[in-house]
Amino acid sequence: MMQMNRQRLRITFARGETIKYISHLDLARAWERALRRAGMPLAYSQGFNPRPKMAFAAALPVGYIATAEIVDVLLEEPLAPLDMARRLAVTLPPGLRVVSIKKVDSRLPALQSQVRAAEYRVSVVWEGDRADLEARVAALLAAPTLPRERMHKGRRRSYDLRPLVEGLRLEDETAEGYCLWMRLRHGTGGTARPEDVLDALGLADVLFSVERIALRFPVKSNENVTEG
Amino acid sequence: MQISHYLLDRILPTVTMPARYTGGEWNSIVKDWDAAQVRLVLAYPDVYQVGMSNLGLMILYDIVNRRPDCLAERVYAPWVDMEAAMRQAGIPLYSLESRHPLREFDVLGFTLPYELNFSNVLNMLDLAGLPVLAAERGADWPLVIGGGVGAVNAEPLADFFDAFAIGDGEEVILEILNACARAKESRAGKLELLRALAGIPGVYVPSLYQVTYHDDGTVAAITPTTPEARPRILRRVMSQLLPPPVDLIVPYVQAVHDRGMVEIARGCTAGCRFCQAGMVYRPLRERSLPEVLAAVEAIGRCTGYEEIALVSLSSASHPQIEEMVRELIARYSHPPLAVSLPSLRIDTFSVRLAELFQGRRKTGLTFAPEAGSQRLRDVINKRVTEADLLATAEAAFAGGWQRIKLYFMIGLPTETLDDVAAIVELVQEVRAVGRRYHGRRAQVNVSVATFIPKPHTPFQWSPLVGEDDLATRLALLRRGVKGRGVQLSWHAPQTSLLEAALARGDRRLGRVIHRAWQLGARFDAWPEHFGWEVWQRAFAAEGLDADWYARRERSFAEVLPWDHIENGVSKAFLWDEYRRALHGETTPDCREMCVGCGLAETLGCEGAG
Ligand code: SF4
Repeated sequence: MMQMNRQRLRITFARGETIKYISHLDLARAWERALRRAGMPLAYSQGFNPRPKMAFAAALPVGYIATAEIVDVLLEEPLAPLDMARRLAVTLPPGLRVVSIKKVDSRLPALQSQVRAAEYRVSVVWEGDRADLEARVAALLAAPTLPRERMHKGRRRSYDLRPLVEGLRLEDETAEGYCLWMRLRHGTGGTARPEDVLDALGLADVLFSVERIALRFPVKSNENVTEG
Repeated sequence: MQISHYLLDRILPTVTMPARYTGGEWNSIVKDWDAAQVRLVLAYPDVYQVGMSNLGLMILYDIVNRRPDCLAERVYAPWVDMEAAMRQAGIPLYSLESRHPLREFDVLGFTLPYELNFSNVLNMLDLAGLPVLAAERGADWPLVIGGGVGAVNAEPLADFFDAFAIGDGEEVILEILNACARAKESRAGKLELLRALAGIPGVYVPSLYQVTYHDDGTVAAITPTTPEARPRILRRVMSQLLPPPVDLIVPYVQAVHDRGMVEIARGCTAGCRFCQAGMVYRPLRERSLPEVLAAVEAIGRCTGYEEIALVSLSSASHPQIEEMVRELIARYSHPPLAVSLPSLRIDTFSVRLAELFQGRRKTGLTFAPEAGSQRLRDVINKRVTEADLLATAEAAFAGGWQRIKLYFMIGLPTETLDDVAAIVELVQEVRAVGRRYHGRRAQVNVSVATFIPKPHTPFQWSPLVGEDDLATRLALLRRGVKGRGVQLSWHAPQTSLLEAALARGDRRLGRVIHRAWQLGARFDAWPEHFGWEVWQRAFAAEGLDADWYARRERSFAEVLPWDHIENGVSKAFLWDEYRRALHGETTPDCREMCVGCGLAETLGCEGAG
């Protein structure tokens, strides 16, 4: 009977500078505790160590800030999204902020399996001129393949970076360099990280910072998750 | 000047677990820097994950931050990779809350948990840009103070600290900060401040004492050199515990004990003769059932923790513990809030309690018989029989636990190989009980530590076991405790010698600590960083002998380096307990009957009942 009242809420949230160095597991724990402090009617897993039922769309790497991360939270009873937002506003730690909350169909497939791509703004500290950087971007986009290697479970694996880069462009100048916009594949079809792209651009050694600005889903499930 | 994010962003991506160095935790308090009259930074000489589990630091943080005119921030020892990165980038040690360099604070207060952290203290002072020697720090440097259990014999650290607070810190910390505020206002010199501090009960200012030595190297006398300094510094004791802190800081990085804590009692009445905590936290002070229940409720609400530990030196001994656990389980089944007890006694009552709070989890139970034979348990006053242990183990295995952990010590006073063989037998008997219930799945994990004689205990006169004897004992255990269903683990014996030498050391060991740190010693409690060679070189260079400190039997007549620190338990009682130990005579728990430890006279213990 209880199951009938269950409700899935989808929270879009931002992570700021203050806590950008925490790991994904730490972030998940911070959310659990903020939700508990807010007195949310959380649904828990069965078993010896009951955990709140929640699922993140994608792990957020250490060091990234983000403006549109997504987590689904399962509640035992319905709660107005606005009510939840109001309560979370006072229990979220500095550095975490709710962007939006909406009800979603609890029969939708797990969020994590749905992410197809992610968009980033990457600021690089770079003194070279714009034309040079633009040329590198153009060369990368024009390349038919970009064979690279990465370590996977302690073993070297080769892969092609090119199809994983869905979009790349040079945006505005910053005080110390430039900002790059990237749209990179994410999920079962392969995942590229902004670091891989920087490396391919010959920018492996520059100082940079990453902001994840959107997670993208297949068109069908899009209506539920268009924030960001 | 705060350390900028910009600067930190250059090094943090290169170190392990960078979130240990960025603060911002829930319930951490960032006060207005300029509005505070006195600024304290609480320092813990080990990594963040260890330090964040320390309740003492949290209590002081809470108390000081309640004062409108003071602020308290935190700092932990940076791990070696962070240290290297900071030194390379020229970033000084800074506080987590406001990222101010430590040297901009008025007071730097170290919690001193134990001897193997001493080298980290020096390293942190140096990383902060402070001269490590107190004598080289004038009035414009932060005052460096220490407290906690390591301060009960602070002599080896005397060269590096301006003052130590002995005993409960709740009141004395504010008195110290008041003295600092006055000194700041009147622009008093360093010596003037030190004298004012020496006038505060429970504060020990080592530089105001002179130590003389006999030709044989033992201490002749420890004498105050100014009138403010008392000949004996009596430990501070809160006759009643303050309400426990509930706005506990919730770390992002998982702490060693990642849970809320309520101190349900301070002090212990069991009187185990090896146990320093049992002697230096007397008398017993317990929190009432309603106070504990209210605290758990508030902690759950303020932190969101999913587990809360009811901590004390012997949690199962609280007179209302069963009601407490039952009530908490009943109240917090949904949303779930787990309760845990860090210390169980060896009795079936404790197993019943565990059944309540572990529920179906049954993760494992830990008991500490400490010694294998009845004779030796009598010596150390661990009043537990073999029958008690077997009945307890039986109750646990019958209750569904498959795994039991047993703690033992080796190298105890009067110990022979027979006593060590008795550990093997006991473990086998416990395993046999387990087999009856769980067959081959029954598991007994045995953890063995070397006994370290500590100051202010009945064994403070007793020598540390010799290296060869230790090796023989370990070999015997390794031969005996093996095979299916048992597992043996033990601590590196070489840290024992260092810990024992520092624990009962005098002021001259400061030179050894200083040199060892210069030679690279740090994180001595971490096996991957401990290097005995470094310490050996430091001892040799200073012409001192670790064995002389650790392995010499001391006489009653000898002036002990910590004799001027008055713990409240009389030396006569400790000596009597030592004699009784050597004769195998036990002393009862003073919950039932006062056994005259001296606290009634010195600190007004009202005794049993
Ligand atoms: S004075 Fe008596 S009751 Fe108090 S701690 Fe000492 S032995 Fe126990």
